[in-house]
Amino acid sequence: MVSHAKNAEKFTKDLEKVDWHDATLWGARSKRDLAAKSIPEWESLRTLASQIKENVLANLDEYLLEFEKNALLNGAEVFWAKDGEEHNKIVGDLLVKHNINNLVKSKSILTEECHLNQYLEDLGYDVVDTDLGERIIQFAKQPPSHIVTPAIHVKKEEIGELFHQYIGTEKGATDPQYLTEAARGHLREKFLNAEAAITGVNFAIAENGGFVVCTNEGNADMGANLAPIQIACMGIEKLIPKAEHLGVFLRLLARSATGQSITNYTSHFFTPKKNGKLYIVMVDNGRTEQLGREDFRNSLKCIRCGACMNTCPVYRKSGGYSYGYTIPGPIGSVLAPGRDDHEYASLPFASSLCGSCTNVCPVKIDLHDQLYKWRQQIVKNGNVDQSKKWSMQMATYIFEHPKLFRFMGKTARLFMRLSPRFLIYNSLNKWGKSRELPDSPKQSFRDWYINHKIR
Amino acid sequence: MSSREEILEKIKKNKPVGAILPVIPDFPGDGEELEKIFEKSLIKNSGNLISTNSINDIHEYINKNYSPAQKICSLIKGIEGNVDIEKIADPHELKDLDLVILKGEFGVAENAAIWLSENTMGFRVLPFITQHLIMVLSKKDLVENMHLAYKKINLKNVGFGVFIAGPSKTADIEQNLVIGAHGSRSLTVFLMN
Repeated sequence: MVSHAKNAEKFTKDLEKVDWHDATLWGARSKRDLAAKSIPEWESLRTLASQIKENVLANLDEYLLEFEKNALLNGAEVFWAKDGEEHNKIVGDLLVKHNINNLVKSKSILTEECHLNQYLEDLGYDVVDTDLGERIIQFAKQPPSHIVTPAIHVKKEEIGELFHQYIGTEKGATDPQYLTEAARGHLREKFLNAEAAITGVNFAIAENGGFVVCTNEGNADMGANLAPIQIACMGIEKLIPKAEHLGVFLRLLARSATGQSITNYTSHFFTPKKNGKLYIVMVDNGRTEQLGREDFRNSLKCIRCGACMNTCPVYRKSGGYSYGYTIPGPIGSVLAPGRDDHEYASLPFASSLCGSCTNVCPVKIDLHDQLYKWRQQIVKNGNVDQSKKWSMQMATYIFEHPKLFRFMGKTARLFMRLSPRFLIYNSLNKWGKSRELPDSPKQSFRDWYINHKIR
Repeated sequence: MSSREEILEKIKKNKPVGAILPVIPDFPGDGEELEKIFEKSLIKNSGNLISTNSINDIHEYINKNYSPAQKICSLIKGIEGNVDIEKIADPHELKDLDLVILKGEFGVAENAAIWLSENTMGFRVLPFITQHLIMVLSKKDLVENMHLAYKKINLKNVGFGVFIAGPSKTADIEQNLVIGAHGSRSLTVFLMN
């Protein structure tokens, strides 16, 4: 069972790093705000995007069939995978069938979710992640800690050390320009030798069977446009009905993610390249179940921009790994319990419910409402730890008995004023761990109100 | 039951009802000159803009910045390179290109995205594999935003198409912007009258 709080403790040991993480992601959020404000119709776009996705969810089966039909007409081959295991097997079998020795991969959170790399490595493949951030964490043998900037938690000194070890940069080098240049040279070799390229999918278009991949580095294109075999992996919720809808989503995506007006490369793939093959793998892996949960199905509208993470005070201060799930932050905390509400029971509680995630979401997912609803379900199903359960039960009892409530209030105020520090700040008081409690008032609001009313 | 049937069956059972598709407006802007918006957008994306009336300016620019020893491939009439795309059989042969010059089909002012389709680039990897990229764009081929862009694109008979809005870049090392990650190290756009 993942404990967000326990994992967060590991991250928060290095306070300087926490502050850096916090400020850096807030920087991304601020850039997003500037970008959003530069477009007068921003709020209309969010509403449109949400409505389009609403329509997609209501007709998902038909759109998938339409997409499949058109992709086949384009000359692609289409596979359906009900879970991660089947997805991995499809990809692995394709590599075996084509006698692939060298493959490159661009960023795909879906393949992270399915643990494709591990599966292929077990088959003996050297999987080469080509997004710079992903290559860094691959060297570090870590999963991504953020869906847009996967190596956001790694400092340049650590990257310098990894690059020294794996690609022979000078020891102690930390200059981002130098390190990026070295990675460029290293990965160019990989691109030129690759026989197969695996990419993710940002949007798949039902009406023409094409799909769109967005990058700033151009790594998806260097891979997919050179290697004879191209494999695109997508969750079934990536569908949009028409090409014209790209206008709405592409205006929102990069602005929400990093504050850019668009990624520098937005590639539209339709047919296999000359003398090449194009395979598309469509994956369910729990999405159809989430579709059946009325309270949570909106989470399938997500376009993976990461804005909810950048803005989340808990994510910024606890880091991506504290969530223990491929997708961290508010959206991850809504998706993960859908996969396993016992394992990920602590995630919906890793939120202040401030609602900032909901306010920045480009497709208007009601994230904080869903977090609140998951809490209720998780408690109902008995998936909270004993201390939380016990304190909730006690609080319920006290709130149900007004006389007891007043007595407890009075006692607590007195206790707070008179007790020595160690009685208040100890392991039982988790709230007071790194904070001071406010001064205890002399009277309750109720007493104050009665006094003033009488006068 | 195959996975395909199983997935479709589950969707049928679980999907919500209704929800018609909204009509997407064009969202026209406030009439600011498209060229100016385009330039601002391109600079933000770390690209360079050169406005010109004459193809000679492009010649001059290339002569000034590149030597005859460098490998240059032009797909624009009137600008000669020294790599003939017609003689290339396999895209891997393009690996040593220093400069590629292509004609953009149209540009989008709000984000400086320039549309290229497979038909105008020969090999799909051409604009990515080159060290530097020049795109030539006609001023009359600017549209305001992405909604108008998708009205303009004809995706029929296009195998591959891409919006390029700047040079290859990354910020994956402590959020420091570095230009030239895997693709072209620079993008220069010649905007022609």
